[in-house]
Amino acid sequence: MVMDIPNLWLAGPELWLAGGAMVLLMIGVFTGENSTRIVTGLSVALLALAAIAIFWFPQTGEAFHGAFVMDPFARLMKILVLIGAAVAIAMSVGFARRENFARFEYPVLIVLATLGMLLMVSANDMITLYLGLEMQSLSLYVIAAINRDSLRSTEAGLKYFVLGALSSGMLLYGSSLVYGFTGHTGFEGIAASMSGGVSLGLLFGIVFVLAGLAFKISAVPFHMWTPDVYEGAPTPVTAFFAAAPKVAAMAMLIRVVYGAFEPATAEWQQIITFIAIASMGLGAFAAIGQTNIKRLMAYSSIGHMGFALVGLAAGSQAGVSGVVLYMIIYMAMTLGAFACILAMRRADGMVENISDLSGLSRTNPMMALMLTVLMFSLAGIPPLAGFWAKYFVFLAAIQSGLYILSVIGVIASVIGAYYYLRIVKIMWFDEPEQGFLPMASELRIVLGLSGLFTLFYVLIAGPMSDIATNAARTFF
Amino acid sequence: MADLPILSIVTFLPLVGALITFLIWEDSEVARRNVRFVALFTTVVTFLVSLGIWYNFDNAQSGFQMVEKVAWIREGDISYHMGVDGISMLFVILTTFLMPFCILASWDSVQNRVREYMIAFLLLETLMIGVFCALDIVLFYVFFEAGLIPMFLIIGVWGGARRVYASMKFFLYTLLGSVLMLLAIMAMYWQAGTTDIPTLMAYKFPAEMQTWLWLAFFASFAVKMPMWPVHTWLPDAHVEAPTAGSVILAGILLKMGGYGFLRFSLPMFPLASADMQTFVLVLSVIAIVYTSLVALMQEDIKKLIAYSSVAHMGYVTMGIFAANTQGIQGGIFQMLAHGLVSGALFLCVGVVYDRMHTREIAAYGGLVNNMPKYAVAFLIFTMANVGLPGTAGFVGEFLTLLGAFRANTWIALVATLGVILSAAYALWLYRRVVFGTLDKEALKSILDLNTREKWTLYPLIVLVIFFGVYPSPVFDVTQASVDALILNYQAAVDGAVQAASK
Repeated sequence: MVMDIPNLWLAGPELWLAGGAMVLLMIGVFTGENSTRIVTGLSVALLALAAIAIFWFPQTGEAFHGAFVMDPFARLMKILVLIGAAVAIAMSVGFARRENFARFEYPVLIVLATLGMLLMVSANDMITLYLGLEMQSLSLYVIAAINRDSLRSTEAGLKYFVLGALSSGMLLYGSSLVYGFTGHTGFEGIAASMSGGVSLGLLFGIVFVLAGLAFKISAVPFHMWTPDVYEGAPTPVTAFFAAAPKVAAMAMLIRVVYGAFEPATAEWQQIITFIAIASMGLGAFAAIGQTNIKRLMAYSSIGHMGFALVGLAAGSQAGVSGVVLYMIIYMAMTLGAFACILAMRRADGMVENISDLSGLSRTNPMMALMLTVLMFSLAGIPPLAGFWAKYFVFLAAIQSGLYILSVIGVIASVIGAYYYLRIVKIMWFDEPEQGFLPMASELRIVLGLSGLFTLFYVLIAGPMSDIATNAARTFF
Repeated sequence: MADLPILSIVTFLPLVGALITFLIWEDSEVARRNVRFVALFTTVVTFLVSLGIWYNFDNAQSGFQMVEKVAWIREGDISYHMGVDGISMLFVILTTFLMPFCILASWDSVQNRVREYMIAFLLLETLMIGVFCALDIVLFYVFFEAGLIPMFLIIGVWGGARRVYASMKFFLYTLLGSVLMLLAIMAMYWQAGTTDIPTLMAYKFPAEMQTWLWLAFFASFAVKMPMWPVHTWLPDAHVEAPTAGSVILAGILLKMGGYGFLRFSLPMFPLASADMQTFVLVLSVIAIVYTSLVALMQEDIKKLIAYSSVAHMGYVTMGIFAANTQGIQGGIFQMLAHGLVSGALFLCVGVVYDRMHTREIAAYGGLVNNMPKYAVAFLIFTMANVGLPGTAGFVGEFLTLLGAFRANTWIALVATLGVILSAAYALWLYRRVVFGTLDKEALKSILDLNTREKWTLYPLIVLVIFFGVYPSPVFDVTQASVDALILNYQAAVDGAVQAASK
């Protein structure tokens, strides 16, 4: 028997993260709680180096007998995930210092979760997919409950774990059905054996797999955990949850539906269309009544996943390119918004009610300006980045003739605009309250970058669209 | 000169001014003064430069002039494409012309957050000019929608008591109309393969598709215009907005609806426009008569003028959809004249509001005794609003009625009622505010126009009378483009009739 040596270079970033996480864990264990700062700094460096390596050495190919694939799409999404994770860790620095949240396990767990995400993005086999997903999820369950003395944090972690386990179960059951009816776990094999037609059992499998994945991107009707986890988890954790895992799960969803279930496009299109409509609608209506800004961001993210899925529902290259672009822009906006939420600190601690922002335009004009830009952008008003994200997904939907979905979508975006406007109103029209403490410098940098990206997106709209199109071409 | 991208310069000059204003960070009395002067200087320079557009404009050409085109986003084939023709050019001038008056009108009345106020206005100017210059439909949409952001803040931050309600209603109402247009734009892109406006104007959309696209565009422009029955945001927005905000709303933002009909609905969807002609004419007439009656009953000066604006916009839509030379020429003229007249009327209201801080009609009376200069200015604008011959208001109203008469006699007949009603509400308002005895204690010490206010009102008087007596400069500019528009429209409609009779 000839030994097949897998092309380990393709999985270099993953190996680098895995090894690095071990080393960081050792440092933490041997030096105790004081090592938090070092471990935090090193883990950001670890993630950043991985991102740079992926950017600098583009490579394509398959490894581990086709179970792991590296292509332009995976490359872009991995860079995004790594940036999202690194920024989330960086944003936790000030919070950790002030809120007695210094635990070296936190950055290490994020690195491990990121490792799982990279695997998800590159998964080309049901088994790799499940491994990556569980690697990510298990780390996330712990991270959600990291503030172990806080009732809300542990509740959030438990809730996330129970529901997450349920969804993993569904995904696993779906994969087993797919395997049973096609005889393959590899995506190419599944697609190939599906070309003759889709049997009922296989269809069940697809539905279960999609349901499991929909949970991970918190799309309706599998969204119930999102508001509670967002609210309960410590804010830096929420910032992490809102960005990188969403990108990874969306990338995985795209790869599954195009890699494995491509012949069944007509079938999964219906499911995705329904999920998209439900998410946009719920995201728009449920957010209106929220008073807690983290809960509001949870519903906002549900709505945004709905909009991104509009592009996926289109089932075309333009659609995938739209989703990719949507995720890039969504991540940039979300990280900026959470930088603001993390900066909502008064002398007596963190506050997280929307009404605490009142009169911010007087007490902290720069922060108010940036948050205003982000809110208008999240609402999808041109010329800000959020508009272009929506533009390209709806463009793809119109091309595919999904008129009803599009009309419902844009109306949902108008309803959703209301609650973003409400935040702007509170910041600009209301009388000032006691101001916040000055922003930590890392938050300033994140907010500044995110705000400038959103504001000046028009100037780089051309190249950004090209990048997304390039990534989307992988599947066509 | 010919190579200079003059349209881009005019469009983005205010943005440069806004950036300079942004850099004046401190908040002292001197800084506030500097901010005002920077804003005034920017708008005046923008206006002067924009006159270069008129100077370079070739009246004989019906196509787009001073065109600039740069590729922008490959995916979706969007380009940065600017240009003006006879229909859009004068709106650019109107915008740049009204802006210095807005800055002057806010000179004393806006005291808090002056810097943010001026930035919002300069930003708004860039976006409004962009709307009229854009020759790519996505670029148009970007400018069209982005204008909501500064206007939302202007109404919400510097507005009156119910400003939050008014700004939210304004924003969401307009946004809802526009998103449907956005979907139509996308559908047009996939059908015609381009978002380039000149190419789309030449493209012939299938008849059935035209109806849907027309309806989507109508949803946006009818709200913006605003047409009855989707006009209800306007009185709220007008009443709560600061004076300069009202001037911009009435003077320019409302014109975007009419401009949209002329730029998109008629040339791109001629068959649907012909089908919907009666529908629009009926809505216009209802607007003219109904909102005039509503205006009669108002107790708030600004609200009255706001309803009068809706009625006047009724004439515009009536003229545009009469789809003949008189109607469209009249519609354009009416929009320009209304931009001057309603802007001036809001400035007049601002003058007394700054002194008395109330807009209640009942709080005034007998102003003529203490404010003779004001009374004259207000009288001239009121007469122009009524449509007295010799003022700019008459020309547009008369031509739109003439055009409507050719298209549908009954419509014209009912619309003429509006002329009488407008005289009724406007003169009654004038009598209650200006005439009578000055017996209210609070008004006894009221002062006449100061120098700044004279500077804001007198130039407008000159123009209102000038264009009332000698309207040809406007018609010379619009003639060629309007003729081309009607020619294409008629050809498309006749072609469809022939195809049906075969």
